[in-house]
Amino acid sequence: MSPPRPWNAEVARSLIDAEESQEGALLPILHRLQHAFGCVPDEAVPLVAEALNISRAEVHGVVTFYHDFRRQPAGRRVVKLCQAEACQARGGRAVTAAALAEAGVALGGTTADGELTVEAVYCLGLCASGPAALVDGQPVARLNEAGAAALVSGEMA
Amino acid sequence: MSVRVFVPGDMAAVAVGADAVAAAVASEARRLGRNVEIVRNGSRGLFELETLVEVETPAGRIGYGPIYPNEVAGLVAAGLFEGADHPKRVGRPEDLPFLKRQTRLTFARCGVIDPQSLDDYRDHGGWKGLERALALGPEAIVDAVKASGLRGRGGAGFPTGIKWDTVRLANARQKYVVCNADEGDSGTFADRMLMEGDPFLLIEGMIVAGIATGATRGYIYTRSEYPFAIDAMQQAIETAYAAGLLGSSVAGSSYTFDLSVRVGAGAYVCGEETALLDSLEGKRGQVRAKPPLPAHAGLFGRPTLINNVLSLAAVPFILAEGPESYRDFGMGRSRGTMPIQLAGDIRNGGLYETAFGVTLGELVEEIGGGTLSGRPVRAVQVGGPLGAYFPRALFDTPFDYEAFTERGGLIGHGGVVVFNDTVDMAQQARFALEFCAIESCGKCTPCRIGSTRGVETVDKIAAGERPAENLALLEDLCETMKFGSLCALGGFTPYPVMSALTHFPEDFGARQPRLEPAE
Repeated sequence: MSPPRPWNAEVARSLIDAEESQEGALLPILHRLQHAFGCVPDEAVPLVAEALNISRAEVHGVVTFYHDFRRQPAGRRVVKLCQAEACQARGGRAVTAAALAEAGVALGGTTADGELTVEAVYCLGLCASGPAALVDGQPVARLNEAGAAALVSGEMA
Repeated sequence: MSVRVFVPGDMAAVAVGADAVAAAVASEARRLGRNVEIVRNGSRGLFELETLVEVETPAGRIGYGPIYPNEVAGLVAAGLFEGADHPKRVGRPEDLPFLKRQTRLTFARCGVIDPQSLDDYRDHGGWKGLERALALGPEAIVDAVKASGLRGRGGAGFPTGIKWDTVRLANARQKYVVCNADEGDSGTFADRMLMEGDPFLLIEGMIVAGIATGATRGYIYTRSEYPFAIDAMQQAIETAYAAGLLGSSVAGSSYTFDLSVRVGAGAYVCGEETALLDSLEGKRGQVRAKPPLPAHAGLFGRPTLINNVLSLAAVPFILAEGPESYRDFGMGRSRGTMPIQLAGDIRNGGLYETAFGVTLGELVEEIGGGTLSGRPVRAVQVGGPLGAYFPRALFDTPFDYEAFTERGGLIGHGGVVVFNDTVDMAQQARFALEFCAIESCGKCTPCRIGSTRGVETVDKIAAGERPAENLALLEDLCETMKFGSLCALGGFTPYPVMSALTHFPEDFGARQPRLEPAE
């Protein structure tokens, strides 16, 4: 994954331009912005609102409704651990506890050095191979406690 | 002569090292100077065997699994390219009991073909449904879907043909076909597998739906958690456009159908069809009150056919082979086959497509082979986070929409999650309410507030605080959520809660409060 770039209004405008002509363009635009900047920066909200001719409040409402969109960048590495039932039934709770203990954060938290964010995800569709995780977008399954700790410390990345 | 080796590119296979396995096979082949073609097929759906490596031999395809990257050199040395003996050789995959006993109508090609090869798709019976549809015309297509007895595979079980007819008869300049591929239920992965393993099938089903209803624009709304499915569908759509199967003249006909993929943003409630439509429009994914039905006023207020992946993917078979060949499978009012997904603590976890009527006990114990951990089965959750927990005493329930309803449950999208005897059912009930609180869209009060009050009440019961009163309160709250919520999220969350209470009351006794991380 390419590291997020710092805020740049010109870049943001060109990303918005690339998507705005399609029906219901807001989610595709927000995905693009987050892909480029690592989050949807507050500075982007008025630009998006103007392009789509909707209010800033509406854009803000959408950004904050969806779990995926961030208003601040995450850690350099993002580990998403599945918290849903099928992974629970395969020892997912213990795997999550081991990962969090190793990282020293709570679910949703980022380490003080900004290196790592550990988050919940509810189902990756790997329910017969759990516990499962998404590590910087790469799927990992059949995790055990030691594997989860290694994954968090970066040994398995 | 070139040897064809199959290494699944399915997300569940990649999650256990399939990319590294494929790379190792390629490098061993290069080292030995062998001409090897590696096909990244979908998964056969027996996940304990992933990564399942297959080689094409004169005696058919021979499988080896589960293969880890560090085993590839030894496997090749033992004679992988000839299908030779090896401790992990499983023989012809289609002869494995788990696969042999299935009736694969929708998943016939998944795991077999190269998912991105239009030739492979055509050689394995692809586009026959579309050919038939072009010959039949809209009304006769809808009649065939009605006659097949197909019901919505997303969970609600509404007769698919009636929905199609409603959109067909709606009068509008622009109509839409929307595929609900927002498969968020834990324990389900059939949509994901199909999109990754046989994407042209979904495209074919959607084109047929467009022709039948008069819709010229289609969207596949899927999850950001499914990056592989997104890529597979986008690539297949591009190929279909290049081949003239999508666009202004579908397969040379006068029909127009444009199709694209839209990606959600991590909101479970967007699997609810009206929330999905709002999300597609670029809004918060909030549930709409019905009526109007989406078939009358759906996406951007236009008549919209919204169907699950599995409903749309069942249609090409129905048209190609005739509605009766589909309808002849099944029981009662549940006709055809259901791609059931076995998950959780189960030995043979995976995709099991079979006619309706198989019992829950057969699924879990015979087909699934009991638990993977070897511990006794205690509870089985059927139908995702909003489905009921079944005890062993109800293992005689046949897989059928009505039979599950009668027993206070639902089959939903066909997910079956097995829990062993270490499960704490009060904790599972709490989780169901907690999940509802996290994912509630906030539009209706019973769901938005009730879920949070429910979590607190379960905590009080677990802490031994006036248990009888709080249990009565929890039941009352569940009644309110069930009958007062706008959609299935608030309306069905009581299923796991009440089934846990009813079937496992011993887990709701007084105890010390548990410490759990706050969400």
